[in-house]
Amino acid sequence: MTTVAVKPATMAQALQRALRDAMAEDPSVHVLGEDVGTLGGVFRITDGLAAEFGDDRCTDTPLAEAGILGTAVGMAMYGLRPVVEMQFDAFAYPSFEQLISHVAKMRNRTRGAMPLPITVRVPYGGGIGGVEHHSDSSEAYYMATPGLHVVTPATVDDAYGLLRAAIASDDPVVFLEPKRLYWSKASWSPDDPAPVEPIGRAVVRRRGNSATLITYGPSLPVCLEAAEAARAEGWDLEVVDLRSLVPFDDATVADSVRRTGRAVVVHESTGFGGPGGEIAARVTERCFHHLEAPVLRVAGFDIPYPPPMLERHHLPGVDRVLDAVARLQWEAES
Amino acid sequence: MKKSSTSVQELPGAAADRPVPPPAWQPRTDPAPLLPDPAPYRALGTDAVAAADPGLLLRLYGELVRGRRYNAQATALTKQGRLAVYPSSTGQEACEVAAALVLREQDWLFPSYRDTLAAVARGLDPVQALTLLRGDWHTGYDPYEHRIAPLSTPLATQLPHAVGLAHAARLKGDDVVALAMVGDGGTSEGDFHEALNFAAVWQAPVVFLVQNNGFAISVPLAKQTAAPSLAHKAVGYGMPGRLVDGNDALAVYTVLRDAFTRAVRGEGPTLIEAVTYRIEAHTNADDATRYRSGGEVETWRAHDPIRLLEHELTERGILDEDGVREAAEAAETMAARLRDRMNAEPVLDPMDLFTHVYADQTSQLREQAEQLRAELAAAAGEGPGEVR
Ligand SMILES: Cc1ncc(C[n+]2csc(CCOP(=O)(O)OP(=O)(O)O)c2C)c(N)n1
Ligand SMILES: [Mg+2]
Repeated sequence: MTTVAVKPATMAQALQRALRDAMAEDPSVHVLGEDVGTLGGVFRITDGLAAEFGDDRCTDTPLAEAGILGTAVGMAMYGLRPVVEMQFDAFAYPSFEQLISHVAKMRNRTRGAMPLPITVRVPYGGGIGGVEHHSDSSEAYYMATPGLHVVTPATVDDAYGLLRAAIASDDPVVFLEPKRLYWSKASWSPDDPAPVEPIGRAVVRRRGNSATLITYGPSLPVCLEAAEAARAEGWDLEVVDLRSLVPFDDATVADSVRRTGRAVVVHESTGFGGPGGEIAARVTERCFHHLEAPVLRVAGFDIPYPPPMLERHHLPGVDRVLDAVARLQWEAES
Repeated sequence: MKKSSTSVQELPGAAADRPVPPPAWQPRTDPAPLLPDPAPYRALGTDAVAAADPGLLLRLYGELVRGRRYNAQATALTKQGRLAVYPSSTGQEACEVAAALVLREQDWLFPSYRDTLAAVARGLDPVQALTLLRGDWHTGYDPYEHRIAPLSTPLATQLPHAVGLAHAARLKGDDVVALAMVGDGGTSEGDFHEALNFAAVWQAPVVFLVQNNGFAISVPLAKQTAAPSLAHKAVGYGMPGRLVDGNDALAVYTVLRDAFTRAVRGEGPTLIEAVTYRIEAHTNADDATRYRSGGEVETWRAHDPIRLLEHELTERGILDEDGVREAAEAAETMAARLRDRMNAEPVLDPMDLFTHVYADQTSQLREQAEQLRAELAAAAGEGPGEVR
């Protein structure tokens, strides 16, 4: 009697395993970052990699994000497949020069001759009581830069699958890890991971027919909870997990909204200039004749991320999602 | 090779005979005086102590004892959940205290997250210094009140600010020096390089104090730099580099004071590397056993800044038992008061989230503030429910 042991695993463990498996399979995969070696990263995502693969494969770099990403560009030019860790969302900013001026543009600049298969892992988002610079939702900056893929897992399964896909991609991928879900658990077997899907596909996490909640990353659990709570109000909500912001899965999203006729975009990032605006516009362009109400957004306020003691007022929670759903012009229906 | 000399002559405009060497090359500055001493400067145990003002020595001692107690209290507050996080400067008090004491009224301090003690020793209320780390606001004080810039978390980003401020003061004809603090890891950031270069080119009245405490979280200095010392980096920018024992409070004070004197005289910036050790983990959230041995920590504990100074001052009869007791009591009083005040729940106004983003609130922010106000009112009406 042999069965594959399926035990609860955390998202952090799945990410670690994805790195490990990618490194074992492909000797050109190299991990670089601050504290990624001996310490295993401040979130322990690179735990054990230096011990297993050596310091040249998993390297504690000097403390300089521009240098980390800049040297990763050179390594990629010479055929390696660097996976770079930025310690926190806001500490990736020094690397933006390299990211925007080179990582995003090199393929296009060289007419495809010099692709840069770099994965930039960034723990992002709030809700962990972090002091300033430890809780930014920086996805809009990345989304606004053509040439970068931007993906973000919300489940343990996807953490593994998407990271494998990101590392395998020949294009640069900004891999946003929702840090407050690092310790979220699910039944998951490292020895029998789900097949790796290519990046760029959204998934319906909950079927429903009243309205669609469109979300990703740290806001997925909030939306699923809201969908449960909404049953008491008589709403049967569908929840779409985007998983990939770039490329954007118009088909899955539009298909859902055409069925439900109503949509709310939910994310932690600021509303003004945030991903929700792009998403709402795309939905409206594709589903206008099916919509019973304007597409609404539930987002973080348009403010610098608050200090720990005030962050609960900022983060979109279940109540704000339900308030938005309530404003989807249900009166017209009866 | 007659043939090639013929071809040179054929080059248009070439001199008749042969190529001439370039104009004589000279270094722009003589590097010798910029070089740090081969070993960190020490004052304790030398004649420098006898020459020093006993009042200063006792003040350094009192502040070190108070600083150690402050660090212990802040660390304890993290365990009680009263601080979100605390990066302790235990073992580094000599640098923190000397930095504060060397500043004149009009000078500016540019601290990093680990330097709340320097701010407190400069006179800032410890509760205000700890606001960032408690998590009630990003900065707990008005920077202009004590001329202390906000504690900087993004590494080395405060250094160009210090240069710009010092430069501006000089442009305005004011006698102001900026003291910029950074860790060994922070010296790897591009901003460190740019700040030092600007400072030297502009001859700005700024002093850079690098506390080399051996680690950047888990990464030892050996992985950070291949330079002979961090102080040597100064030479490349054309400013003097000084190496000092960071656990010798009098030595740090003296080296800082010399650098201040240079700055005030218009002789430009100085880079100081203070060699010290981070006795505690990076913060309370860090597990230092993953990357360093207890033995190393013990070696450094034996070179403790307080014990060093206490030993020296008692030996010389500058400090007696009463003095030691009084310093300890004063530190206890400070700690008890800090504990009491930190145990009081801070009163926060969620509306502050919208108040200071712009000078004039945008219409969008006004709407969002109204939304939150309504949510809070509704939640209050419903009884003790949390805003989810
Ligand atoms: C730009 C930037 N990158 C990364 C971090 C995360 N981080 C915080 S402290 C630290 C180590 C800093 O080491 P060092 O400069 O030696 O100062 P110390 O903590 O030892 O005082 C790191 C990597 C940061 N704060 N800013
Ligand atoms: Mg350090």
